[in-house]
Amino acid sequence: MAKPEPVPTPETQLFWDGCAAGELRIQRCLDCGKPYFYPRPVCPECGSTNVEWFTASGEATLYSYVINHRPAPGFEDDAPYAIAVVQLAEGPRMMTNLVGVPNTPDELVLDMPLRVTFEQRGEVSLPLFAPAGEV
Amino acid sequence: MSTGVIIAGAAETNQIGKLPGYSTLGLHIEAAVNAVADAGLTLKDIDGIATVSAPGPVQVAHALGIVPRWMDGTGVGGTSFLLHVRHAAAAIAAGDASTVLITHGESGRSRVGASRFAPAPSSPQGQFEAPYGVFGAPTMFTMPMLRYMKDYGLTHEQLAYVAVAQRRWAAKNPRAMYRDPITVDDVLDSRMVAYPFHLLECCLVTDGGGALVVTSAERAADFPKPAVHVLGAGESAETPLISQMADFTESQANKLAGQAAFAQAGITTADVGHLMIYDAFAHLPIYGLEALGFVAKGEAAGFIGDGNTEPGGSLPLNTNGGGLSYTHTGMYGMFAILEGVRQIRGEAAAQVDGPQISVVLGNGGMFATSGVLVLGRDG
Repeated sequence: MAKPEPVPTPETQLFWDGCAAGELRIQRCLDCGKPYFYPRPVCPECGSTNVEWFTASGEATLYSYVINHRPAPGFEDDAPYAIAVVQLAEGPRMMTNLVGVPNTPDELVLDMPLRVTFEQRGEVSLPLFAPAGEV
Repeated sequence: MSTGVIIAGAAETNQIGKLPGYSTLGLHIEAAVNAVADAGLTLKDIDGIATVSAPGPVQVAHALGIVPRWMDGTGVGGTSFLLHVRHAAAAIAAGDASTVLITHGESGRSRVGASRFAPAPSSPQGQFEAPYGVFGAPTMFTMPMLRYMKDYGLTHEQLAYVAVAQRRWAAKNPRAMYRDPITVDDVLDSRMVAYPFHLLECCLVTDGGGALVVTSAERAADFPKPAVHVLGAGESAETPLISQMADFTESQANKLAGQAAFAQAGITTADVGHLMIYDAFAHLPIYGLEALGFVAKGEAAGFIGDGNTEPGGSLPLNTNGGGLSYTHTGMYGMFAILEGVRQIRGEAAAQVDGPQISVVLGNGGMFATSGVLVLGRDG
């Protein structure tokens, strides 16, 4: 069984288009200035629909993670593997996997600096993160 | 102060655990029949029905021959039944129903007649979490814990001790699935499921059901069992995506639901003699104790480690053994309510000494939703 592939919607298409171009594109509110993720046409901070897309720096830090020993379908060859939440330099957080580093408690230190990288998954390019010096 | 309703009937299925002879619907039916009998009523006395979306209130009502004039299919995870109680109180106050049956049944272990959940690949979870190999609650509900551990210095041993403390309650309960004493080393030596969580820090997966009959407090003297007053109730939601939880060291929904319930009941933590916190995983009692204000932020693990929540402690917590040791069908909230009811009635297996007030905190999804009930002996 293959790993799950995200299917974009009209509200998220620009995010996935960005990934295909090697850019992490997220949104921010033009009224209150708040950057946010996941993509949606309304600011979760102030309720404004006056929002825009911008290209994030791709820099992040490791916020939290688990190391999964019971692999999801398609991940059998990866277990045990880390599922992480990273905090982007711009503020929003997103789930990801960590590459370029052993997925062990000793190597995965919270708050370590990370940088986005992309991996093809079927029709889409998926944002992953690696230690900042690795990419 | 009160919501104006009581729990007049409360029961589980005849057995809980591994029940391949029951479908999900069959478990609803047995629990419903038992709860209605517990209230000294018949199914024809029921005019309101609530349960989660699968199999749903229409199916359950029809199977039981109930014609509802009010129904609630709120399905927001394992805490849904606490919300059903709150919604039933509003309906009864409005005159929309007089006697509401709330049912739970789940063939969580045997999967007989059970539905499967998989997020659509175009949903937010399907796009932004599923591609990273999440696999059920053990990989998502657990995600915040390492952040908490770093920020508050909580150790692996302290997390493991939550399971040890609850097993001491389960040892007193013949219906608990796991009753043998365990040590911190036993927990830390058990199989790793999703670091930092070991098998014994994860809930059971069982079959079972439970049901409640809710009606007006004006009828408190009309039933065979002592009335359990619903003094306060609260609900809230935070996020359907664990990655978007505002602060990984605390549950906003736990806090808001608790504040609403405590305010309606007019109580403080000092009034609470018994506590249930939905424990799908060992960290949830820690988050719940802090969210409800029993201890300050960062202090819950020490509070549990000092024995306060165990048999003989100052704040008996999860006295049936909890999801970690008693039972966990997948939507455990009904069992948490039922233990609160038993403690107020004085009929629990591990009975606490005469609690006047029991608080029940339910979790739904993965820190997605919360419900809190304040149950009392007196209205």
